[in-house]
Amino acid sequence: MAEPHQHPEHLWRNPEPKRAYDVVIVGAGGHGLATAYYLAKNHGITNVAVLERGWLAGGNVARNTTVIRSNYLWDESAAIYEHSLKLWEGLSEELAYDVLFSQRGVLNLVHSLGDMREGRRRVYANRLNGIDAEWLTTEEVKAFCPIVNTSPDVRYPVMGGTLQRRGGIAKHDYVAWAFARKADEMGVDLIQNCEVTGFDLEGNRVVGVQTNRGPIAAGRVGICAAGHSTVLASMAGFDLPIQSHPLQALVSELLEPVLNCVVMSNAVHVYVSQAHKGELVMGAGIDPYTSYAQRGSPHVVEYQLAAAIELFPIFSRAHVVRTWAGIVDVSPDASPILGLTPIENLFINCGWGTGGFKATPGAGWVYAHTIAHGQPHSLNAAFALERFVTGALIDEHGAAAVAH
Amino acid sequence: MLIACPWCGDREEIEFKYGGAAQIAYPTDPDSADDAAWARYVFFRPNPKGKMAERWVHSAGCRRWFNVVRDTVTHEISPTPAAKERR
Repeated sequence: MAEPHQHPEHLWRNPEPKRAYDVVIVGAGGHGLATAYYLAKNHGITNVAVLERGWLAGGNVARNTTVIRSNYLWDESAAIYEHSLKLWEGLSEELAYDVLFSQRGVLNLVHSLGDMREGRRRVYANRLNGIDAEWLTTEEVKAFCPIVNTSPDVRYPVMGGTLQRRGGIAKHDYVAWAFARKADEMGVDLIQNCEVTGFDLEGNRVVGVQTNRGPIAAGRVGICAAGHSTVLASMAGFDLPIQSHPLQALVSELLEPVLNCVVMSNAVHVYVSQAHKGELVMGAGIDPYTSYAQRGSPHVVEYQLAAAIELFPIFSRAHVVRTWAGIVDVSPDASPILGLTPIENLFINCGWGTGGFKATPGAGWVYAHTIAHGQPHSLNAAFALERFVTGALIDEHGAAAVAH
Repeated sequence: MLIACPWCGDREEIEFKYGGAAQIAYPTDPDSADDAAWARYVFFRPNPKGKMAERWVHSAGCRRWFNVVRDTVTHEISPTPAAKERR
């Protein structure tokens, strides 16, 4: 953990794009950078470019609420998110850069009998999958997080909660920069202000990309573009079952330490943590309409603040300092699409919707494997695009203890 | 965001519910549609960056469905001759 809290002058080169690479990754967000890192680290593939139409780590990795957990219901989800959580646990050492991963615990509150059944079922399912999970009574919730309003005298009283102690938060920018720096050290070219405008195909095989900085030949291409996934897929000539929605978040002013864990509530619909600097970070659900605008409607923020005040009356005097939105790629079953495409040598990683940040190392790991071998890793085989035809969905809507 | 209901005029977005893309056709011959055709009908929707034909319902107003064209980059809504069509 060499450089905590310092900003080195130089984290990566800014090279001119070469005319050909073994692998081109489209999108230098968290997932794209992690993929490039693991391609170099795990598979020895270093003749790699990561193309970014804006600036490095300027999309959803800069806009999320940094919650990390693996308490998903279904086996396929639990496996990939737990793989990711285990990578988080060693990430600062691995990347020689303190990403401020803080396992302060993720508490999911329940407010109804239906919530209680679902929460307990998920605790048992998590334990069967080797994932730490605890059921807390209302009194135990109060003991773990004293500022939660557990009074029975509210519209949706807290009836208990589930706790994953290994969950927590990390510093999102440092995560992206740490992956970028290490990938760059191993020879990966990180190319900003380079927008992909088309794909070069020979028959049904991709052989390169067109960009605003000229054509770049590529042995294999991996799309890693979140809200713009369908835009890129349609350039390549195939469709994805993805809808792009704004997901809003907000922060308060800096406060003294007041909230010791991550608190999520599906029924009252808000999630909140306190960042290392001291601001309260909150998010909730997506805006209902599709959008590429990176902004949403004010009433969505108003509802999530109302929920936050209901759960935490102590926050009622805090101020909202900034609100913003990212464009999230939502799939029909709220699970990612990670694997092959109908085009040979072209791969897709998308559909993470509202929950992609926690998967950054895990998704990069299995996506690098998929690109290197031309076949999915066992952890992402079930997340294939074909599942929407076969019907083998991984339906995490409402099952994941999360507000999708 | 103000949304133009073809019956009630401009109203606040909170009076409406979103209905997704317009003009999604049911399979013409459902008995012979294969899994891929059903997948397209059930799961795949337009997701354009730019103008999009879509459905809204004025759920806290006249409760009727209608069509608009909305730009997904600017959120600008323009009227469409198909405003009162049923699909």
